[in-house]
Amino acid sequence: MLTIIQRITRGSGVLLMLLLLASCGNPAGDHPWNNPYPAKDSLKNILYSSFDERPKHLDPIRSYSSNEYSIIANIYEPPLQYHYLKRPYRLVPLTASRVPVPFYLDEAGNPLPADTPIEQIAWSIYDIEIKPGIRYQPHSALAKSSTGEYRYHKLQEKDLDDIYTLSDFTENGTRELTAEDYVYQIKRLAHPQTNSPIFGVMSEYIDGLDEYAKQLKQVYQDRAARQSNPVWLDLRQYDLVGVEVTGRYTYRIRIKGKYPQFKYWLAMPFFAPMPWEADRFHTQPGMIDKNITLNWYPIGTGPYMLTENNPNLRMVLQRNPNFHGELYPDEGMPGDVEAGMLDDAGKPIPFIDTVINSLELESIPRWNKFLQGYYDVSGIASDTFDQAIKIGNAGDLALSDDMREKGIQLSTAVATSTYYFGFNMLDPVVGHPAGERGRYLRQAISIAVDKEEYISIFMNGRGIAGQGPLPPGIYGYEEGEAGINPLTHVWRDDRPIRRPLEEARSLMASAGYADGRDASSGEVLKLYYDTVARGPDSKAQLNWWRKQFAKLGIELIVRPTDYNRFQDKMLKGTAQMFSWGWNADYPDPENFLFLLYGPNGKVEHKGENAGNYNNPEFDRLFEQMKNMEDSPERLVIIQKIVDILRQDAPWLWGLHPKSFALYHDWYFNSKPNLMANNTLKYKRIDPQLRTQKRAEWNQPVTWPLWLLLALFLVSAAPAFISYQRRQRARPQLSAEEEA
Amino acid sequence: MIQVLWTDALIFLLVAAITGFALYARSREHLRAPWRQVIRKPLGMSALVILLVYVLVGLLDSLHFRPELEQQNGGNTEVQYAASIESVLDLMLDDLRSSTEKTYSAPFALRQYNKETIEDEQGNKRREYPRLLHAGTHLQDLSMHAQDITQRFLFTLMGGLMVWGLSVAFIVVLVVFKTGDPLQKVLHTMWHGQRDLPWRSLFATLGFILLVILFLMNTASVYHVLGTDKVGEDVLYQAIKSIRTGLVIGTLTTLIMLPFAVLLGIMAGYIKGWVDDVIQYIYTTLNSIPGVLLIAAAVLMMLVYMETHPDLFGTGVERSDFRLLFLCMILGVTSWTGLCRLLRAETLKLSELEYVQAAEALGVGRLKIILRHILPNVMHIILIAIVMDFSGLVLAEAVLSYLNIGVDPTMYSWGNMINSSRLELAREPIVWWAFMAAFIFMFLLVLSANLFADAVRDAFDPRLRERA
Amino acid sequence: MIAYIIRRLLYAIPILIGVNLITFALFFIVNPPDQMARLHLGERHVTQQAIDKWKTQRGYDRPLVINSEASGLGVVTDTIFFEKSLRLFVFDFGASDNGRDISYDISQRMWPSLAIAIPSLIVALVVNIFFAMLLAFFRGSYIDIWGVILCVVLMSISALFYYIGGQFLVGKLLHLVPISGYDTGLDATKFIILPVVIGVASGIGASTRWYRTFFLEEIAKDFVRTARAKGLSETTVLFRHVLKNAMIPILTGIVVALPLLFMGSLILESFFGIPGLGSYTIDAINQQDFAIVRAMVFLGSVLYIVGLILTDISYTLVDPRVRLS
Repeated sequence: MLTIIQRITRGSGVLLMLLLLASCGNPAGDHPWNNPYPAKDSLKNILYSSFDERPKHLDPIRSYSSNEYSIIANIYEPPLQYHYLKRPYRLVPLTASRVPVPFYLDEAGNPLPADTPIEQIAWSIYDIEIKPGIRYQPHSALAKSSTGEYRYHKLQEKDLDDIYTLSDFTENGTRELTAEDYVYQIKRLAHPQTNSPIFGVMSEYIDGLDEYAKQLKQVYQDRAARQSNPVWLDLRQYDLVGVEVTGRYTYRIRIKGKYPQFKYWLAMPFFAPMPWEADRFHTQPGMIDKNITLNWYPIGTGPYMLTENNPNLRMVLQRNPNFHGELYPDEGMPGDVEAGMLDDAGKPIPFIDTVINSLELESIPRWNKFLQGYYDVSGIASDTFDQAIKIGNAGDLALSDDMREKGIQLSTAVATSTYYFGFNMLDPVVGHPAGERGRYLRQAISIAVDKEEYISIFMNGRGIAGQGPLPPGIYGYEEGEAGINPLTHVWRDDRPIRRPLEEARSLMASAGYADGRDASSGEVLKLYYDTVARGPDSKAQLNWWRKQFAKLGIELIVRPTDYNRFQDKMLKGTAQMFSWGWNADYPDPENFLFLLYGPNGKVEHKGENAGNYNNPEFDRLFEQMKNMEDSPERLVIIQKIVDILRQDAPWLWGLHPKSFALYHDWYFNSKPNLMANNTLKYKRIDPQLRTQKRAEWNQPVTWPLWLLLALFLVSAAPAFISYQRRQRARPQLSAEEEA
Repeated sequence: MIQVLWTDALIFLLVAAITGFALYARSREHLRAPWRQVIRKPLGMSALVILLVYVLVGLLDSLHFRPELEQQNGGNTEVQYAASIESVLDLMLDDLRSSTEKTYSAPFALRQYNKETIEDEQGNKRREYPRLLHAGTHLQDLSMHAQDITQRFLFTLMGGLMVWGLSVAFIVVLVVFKTGDPLQKVLHTMWHGQRDLPWRSLFATLGFILLVILFLMNTASVYHVLGTDKVGEDVLYQAIKSIRTGLVIGTLTTLIMLPFAVLLGIMAGYIKGWVDDVIQYIYTTLNSIPGVLLIAAAVLMMLVYMETHPDLFGTGVERSDFRLLFLCMILGVTSWTGLCRLLRAETLKLSELEYVQAAEALGVGRLKIILRHILPNVMHIILIAIVMDFSGLVLAEAVLSYLNIGVDPTMYSWGNMINSSRLELAREPIVWWAFMAAFIFMFLLVLSANLFADAVRDAFDPRLRERA
Repeated sequence: MIAYIIRRLLYAIPILIGVNLITFALFFIVNPPDQMARLHLGERHVTQQAIDKWKTQRGYDRPLVINSEASGLGVVTDTIFFEKSLRLFVFDFGASDNGRDISYDISQRMWPSLAIAIPSLIVALVVNIFFAMLLAFFRGSYIDIWGVILCVVLMSISALFYYIGGQFLVGKLLHLVPISGYDTGLDATKFIILPVVIGVASGIGASTRWYRTFFLEEIAKDFVRTARAKGLSETTVLFRHVLKNAMIPILTGIVVALPLLFMGSLILESFFGIPGLGSYTIDAINQQDFAIVRAMVFLGSVLYIVGLILTDISYTLVDPRVRLS
């Protein structure tokens, strides 16, 4: 027995030595052990990216968040798009043959000249013409049998027994894109089942949309009462006054009054085409139960199509074989040539064949995989990602030496968004009811809260402190000395310097809270701050906020909540101070200033004015400004508005984050574009270089394993000796035990 | 103004209960004997000493008060108190608490961990590591840094050894006087572990603690011994402040669930019949819900309650204190079932015993039987459960905080420290000290608790006692 | 035997009703349907209308327990409680709050969970038994004493340290396996290694120490002494007699956990990006998807009860002396 064991141990020792030698000779070859993808894919033209939250809606009528847009904007094609390279952002045609210019009508329907004052304009008419010959991606909803009937439009529930995903339908078809598809989609805004987030906004502008929704609802309810199967409303049969098909490739939209911002909406997926066949196909019995809906399976004309949709693992976009073709832009901004942005000018796009988006819930693995070369680009501004990105940097915007050595590139752009710290103006201490006292208090806090420090600590300088409600890149934003907020900053040494704390303290005294104590009662002023800070970073941030208020002697009480609860509080107006953010829908100041418009008050009108700020003078100017086109007159009004806001300080003018993208040097044509979401088609990668770098960076380090094994063997030796002794000494020992 | 938080009150209740029990047990040999056995074990002794240090810190951190504010307006108004709540420990660690830097710095560092753009008098901009505000300010020459640390270390070592030697000598002399044994014999038996107490490990543990404390006292005032965190707060301070959170979770959870477990367990086992069925039903049902999910749901509910009643929870400290207490309750709800089941089984067994049956036959009341005969005989189970649960609860806190359903994010706790250190470990260059600090402090506590629990179990479990 | 199993199954029903009531109370008091709707509809331009629509679509527009407007049975059946809670009893989990079929998701996500859980269980069993036997063999010697102390040290380290440290060391520094992720089929192997190793390592201390007591208990028994007295070598005694008998408590201890393997490990899975049921649950908690959490709570309870019944059965199988009572 003994000898056998000894022999086995000796034998395996030799075997281990051989293994050791073998693995020392050839550690990993070209294929790193930690490659999360199959080795055979390494030289393919595949872009690797990640998502951290499964997209909730892929239906363009419902989708309204950036993680969803990063997928569907590459599939659905609205009539317009933003120019990829040019700044300021400019609309160019996508499927439309030109950018539509509206013409205006008066009440009686007579045409008006283009320079008519707003008050006299009753209607704006948009005539949109699309290019012929554009075809849809291959899709089962469009598949026809040899007799010309739709193959999958008359399915029964039992036909779906073996069907779990869309790809289980074997046949596909396509057809040409027509103007009717665009109209169909606009009609879907009013469909009782779609819950489009922009229905409310659009019904104010598109003629007849409200009545249309009521009509559809009536029809839908009638039909639903009569049949048990899901109701499909063929929207082609119900006419919408304001939107009509005027030809195979043309359609017309009637807008109430003048609404210059409408053209921006035409670049959003809400206005992408939807073939009626797809709607018909997905409303068949059993489809919803199997999750085969438009919400999960987009159908478009764009450069890519979604071929694998498994939000538990990955979402794969593949080149659309029917794509109508587009050329890489041949004009850009100064500097684009030097940056290599125009190297591909005039070439047909898209360049990349496949995009694999893998689920990556945690920011840390995502960041590490990017460093190892397994993600080509580290995604766009999601919260968790912000945390990962700052990790790479030491202090300011420069890349660390480590990164630069790896050839990692950085592109930055100030996002057209603002994160602000708002006061609830309904509050008796900080809001309107406190009158002048409240205003002094708000002004004092505006000076004391050192946003520059916040940016440097928590964002590593990746942002700029706001001087007003408008972020850079939006009309009305002013650079340099002219743009500073005189209440909180002074211009010195060519940069804005925050006013000294003494000024804040004297404002506190004017507010009747000298040293943070109520002048009459002597009590310490307590303020409440509601925030959605639950992440690992939040403790440090909340401490920081407390410190800022302590500078004025105010005690800040932080009430962190989940987002759900937070929204509820905002709706009820029970918060005192809060932080929130806003991302531009389109590059127009109206889209920011409406956040402070009285009739948009959250508590009273359920609008987006979360602080319930209400200033009649502001409201008057805002109404005047909102529908004007960009012009010197508009600028003057905007400046007046901004001055009023700065004096009233309903927000601590927040910060405008710089959006960061890091990418490897095998990734080309990356220029941040904060308005366009369909930028995938411009990107190019070099798989050869990628494979080489990955192998270089990911050589497995095996010696600790061998060390561990050696340690184990060494420690086993005395055990073995004592084992032998024990075997031999057994009789005495058990005798002892017996005793 | 003294401020008693909910958990403070419960902690002092617990302390009072333990003291009361100790006084009661002093004169009763059968109660003292197992405890003597616990401290006779070298590991049990060492663990106990370390636990006592933790408890002391926790108790100091449980004495809360509001500092008085300076008088205003010539002192004619009423005395006002600051809204912030501080503890005695905060006063003692004021040095650490107030010495905040701007952001990260490594242990014992003189400079910040990140480069910053600094402007000198001539207006030239340079990128460099800025000097820390509260580290090594006593050094005239920064190159003396390493030497200074070594000096302080050696000084601590020598001083510590001296103090330690003196106290050991003092104790030895005391023992000599008390027992009347000759000095040589005392020393000899102590060294060979032949005395009633494991003096060797006691002295070693004392020496270890003494050295650590002296070293911290000597260096923490001039350096950030465990570095600083993202907003420049001293990590050592955070780790020490987290002790109370860990202890509260570990003890109060048991304290809260104990009455239910004991009452229901004994009732089920003794009264039997439908009472037994109902109690069994309750604990089987609660037990079959996955614990984490139950805790998550309950914590969400608590947050709603705190939202809707903001006036009940004035300052941040009170809010997080309530959350902590509630967490203890939830953990209690999910953990009482095990003990309850054990007690039921034991009571069933006991109630069949002759003397209980005899008492019943004599018409002694049920309550009296439970108090007289059953409760004392299941005490060892309760005690073992308490000490065994402790370490598991401390560990659970970290996991729950990781899932964001633990203590308040503003509260100092090891779980929160670990949670944020995950991001720090992914930084480049890596920030490891907060992770390490949480690891060491938590590990030491849990390890001592485990070793102590083993000693207690060995001493109290009759099955093990018989075998020994 | 069959009658016994049936009786046990019947006994499970009231427990499941209790679980159902508790979860119902917890989830519908915490967040009324209005707030669920707001969370799921996204942050912008949410109108009360949209909220009502959302509720109607998912059936959250009914009254909680009693519908006074309905007639006949509808008073009880046309309620949230009946539709959302009682339906769980027929394993009709319905759709999640964002519209996906929960049963389908569970059937998909159960496999990655098992792919981690089963290897972890087997490897842990082998490793822990090996170490426990080693300690039992050397009982009373320094190897045993220090081994037990090492076990206590290992179990005093929070699981989080194992996860964070393991991922950092093996994945990031040594480049041995992918840091996180998952793939189907055989490609899954490289993703599974690290979670399994770390999962086993984090449990080694507690389990080894626990199993050691089983071995010691067996060793102390009379028949072992008899075997030894017959002159059998120590190893033979250990393998042939002690191991066989000690496996009974070890295996029955595992049986209770077997069904729960389906549920996966909450933290381990979300840490390593395994798309199993554990991370499914965590995601649902974070997104407050109550339909999923309710389903998982119910499923977990069912599996736990199944585990209990299996344990009882296995006891009777290995030891016929246990009465079927």
